[in-house]
Amino acid sequence: MAKSASSRKAPAKAAAGDENFALRSLQDAFEADRRYAASDEELLHFYEQMVLIRRFEEKAGQLYGLGLIGGFCHLYIGQEAVAVGLQSALAPGKDSVITGYRDHGHMLAYGIDPKVIMAELTGRDAGISRGKGGSMHMFSTEHKFYGGHGIVGAQVPLGAGLAFAHKYNEDGGVCMAYFGDGAANQGQVYEAFNMAALWQLPVVFVVENNGYAMGTAVTRGSAETHFYRRGTAFRIPGMSVNGMDVLEVRAAANVALDYVRAGNGPVLMELQTYRYRGHSMSDPAKYRTREEVQEMREKHDPIDAAKAELAARGVAEDKLKEIDKRIRAQVAESADFAENSPEPEMHDLYTDVLVESY
Amino acid sequence: MGIELKMPALSPTMEEGTLAKWLVKVGDEVKSGDILAEIETDKATMEFEAVDEGVIGAILVPEGTEGVKVGTVIATIGGEGEAAAPAPAAAPAPVAEAAPSVAAERPAASPRKADPEVPAGTNMKTSTVREALRDAMAEEMRRDPRVFVMGEEVAQYQGAYKVTQGLLDEFGPKRVIDTPITEYGFAGIGTGAAMGGLRPVVEFMTFNFAMQAIDHIINSAAKTNYMSGGQMRCPVVFRGPNGAASRVGAQHSQNYGPWYANVPGLVVIAPYDASDAKGLLKAAIRSEDPVVFLENELIYGRSFELPELDDHVLPIGKARIMREGRDVTIVSYSIGVGLALEAAEVLAGEGIDAEVLDLRTLRPLDREAVLTSLAKTNRLVVAEEGWPQCSIASEIMAICMEDGFDHLDAPVLRVCDEDVPLPYAANLEKAALIDAGRIAAAVRKVCYH
Repeated sequence: MAKSASSRKAPAKAAAGDENFALRSLQDAFEADRRYAASDEELLHFYEQMVLIRRFEEKAGQLYGLGLIGGFCHLYIGQEAVAVGLQSALAPGKDSVITGYRDHGHMLAYGIDPKVIMAELTGRDAGISRGKGGSMHMFSTEHKFYGGHGIVGAQVPLGAGLAFAHKYNEDGGVCMAYFGDGAANQGQVYEAFNMAALWQLPVVFVVENNGYAMGTAVTRGSAETHFYRRGTAFRIPGMSVNGMDVLEVRAAANVALDYVRAGNGPVLMELQTYRYRGHSMSDPAKYRTREEVQEMREKHDPIDAAKAELAARGVAEDKLKEIDKRIRAQVAESADFAENSPEPEMHDLYTDVLVESY
Repeated sequence: MGIELKMPALSPTMEEGTLAKWLVKVGDEVKSGDILAEIETDKATMEFEAVDEGVIGAILVPEGTEGVKVGTVIATIGGEGEAAAPAPAAAPAPVAEAAPSVAAERPAASPRKADPEVPAGTNMKTSTVREALRDAMAEEMRRDPRVFVMGEEVAQYQGAYKVTQGLLDEFGPKRVIDTPITEYGFAGIGTGAAMGGLRPVVEFMTFNFAMQAIDHIINSAAKTNYMSGGQMRCPVVFRGPNGAASRVGAQHSQNYGPWYANVPGLVVIAPYDASDAKGLLKAAIRSEDPVVFLENELIYGRSFELPELDDHVLPIGKARIMREGRDVTIVSYSIGVGLALEAAEVLAGEGIDAEVLDLRTLRPLDREAVLTSLAKTNRLVVAEEGWPQCSIASEIMAICMEDGFDHLDAPVLRVCDEDVPLPYAANLEKAALIDAGRIAAAVRKVCYH
């Protein structure tokens, strides 16, 4: 009998013609020049960052075994090239980063002090979240690192929201929102894709496909295992990238960021990578063979590859040894700091619940 | 014989409307589907279509008439092949019986206690809760460019319940943003935008739909400040209608006050009248904390006094005595406050002087105000439009037990909705919801009357 007056308006403008939509345009650009032409200095820097993440995570694993770290602890070992390669293309203090609970590597790659990260893992007052967040909940607003989120997939709309703020404030920033192949099956990811594309938000969605959603291999959990294609329904261009090669990752990041910074809206990148350790420290890893892990470690390791490339370029081995030594000392220092820092004061139990007093 | 065209009910809560415009005149031939008139309801301007064919015989309510009751004969149509019937006398049509909860919720005539937060002598104007909420958002948007509104139908449609009416025109599409129907997604985007330094006001068409998004409200918005050791704030407001509406069935009728009030890290506000709606929404938007702001559809259209202040901001976390009394305290919030005031009027006639305390904020809860009133009256009843188990009522009773035991002259009683999903049938719905009669009965019981 009655209907809304507004429903009589002309139908929404038809979607833009398909000639304007090139899902593979970025992939084609990337494949034309697949590896970033890093200087020796840059490659050395990437190497150093990856080694820092590796040694840091190994130490975290040890401290967990000693009972100094509790709860869940998800290590990034094997995936180092992803965070290092992608974030090397970002502008710290301008671009924002958000990820899930496997977050230590992304923080280290963004230049956050390993001491305060390790002290958070041990639940100390000096930790970056003052001991109240733990491994999965770490943040540094100073670095525009927005966590550190424990609910699988939640960081994807949150990242779109950070991108919304970049656009609203016209600050030129881009948000890089990481999630795993497991999170890629959460419905909210696609809700975020839709709005990010609809509103052309400056966000790079990054699927770190490490092959396993906890213990479920991608082929057992995903009907479409080519995750970079999953933005197609929202007209988001996808990129498929070897996440075990830091220079390839960086080259892809440049292509994606150029596109996003030009105001074209989001990009979906899939980084094929691998985690050597279990899903968390308590994972018996019965869902895959030791041979599979060994194969990845021996033939596809991102740090070994970078090291080999530096050697081939004629960078002196002493230089690498010196880096290794420095990193070991830095990580040992962060572990000492984390072990010897005091726990939070009891009154901190009640602080930071609300910002204001009412 | 001609066909009478009656003022249609075009929304679940519509009791009357404005006949904005006639699109036909006497003598016009109309057929099924033709648009006869535009009618402005409490929610939107709607087109009124012909169902029957014939010739317009008479137009009985001229365009521009406001407050036309549902069921009033507004025009007549002569049947096919029939001469237009002579216009019948414009007898007042039987007014459809208003929804029970609405009828029971009319403001009581008793003098209300003035809000001590409003300076004495302030000029008052009449405003609906709907307008008060809209004005609160508009004022805060003028004041702070970081404030924006997002939600389903908030912009072009002017709000599913017209709460955001006019905001798009004033602030444009950058700051008044229509979202797709995707609560989980846009609650996450709003939360992320708050983390990124903006001041989002996220409207849920109703809080029933916010269950799709509750993970972001609780896990992302409420906990981040704590988990980050105070580094990462999330100054977002989630707002929309909450509680039972009218005849919309179980999935659209629920009070989420107790759900959100359970969560440390959230501020939860549930105002009753226009002054509190405006003053507390402005405070919510300014707050550095995430706020769940629970409105009530049945009160949107109700008019109250609203202070004419340049910047009417009320304190969060403070209850308000709506009616002073000596014998018993009735604690309530949101729509229950109107019912409690009505019960207090009935009780006054019986010699029972009831104090009515409006909690206004459900978290942080104003324990002090509850206990102070209890210490004065020594008897207490909680009236809550919501389920009884693990409710705000349960919490108030626990507070009275823990810290007010020595002041109690009778057990605290609660009056809540029946412990069932809300039924559709009018008689069952009425039976399931609290009303003034039940509140008065509970008060008599604690007063041993």
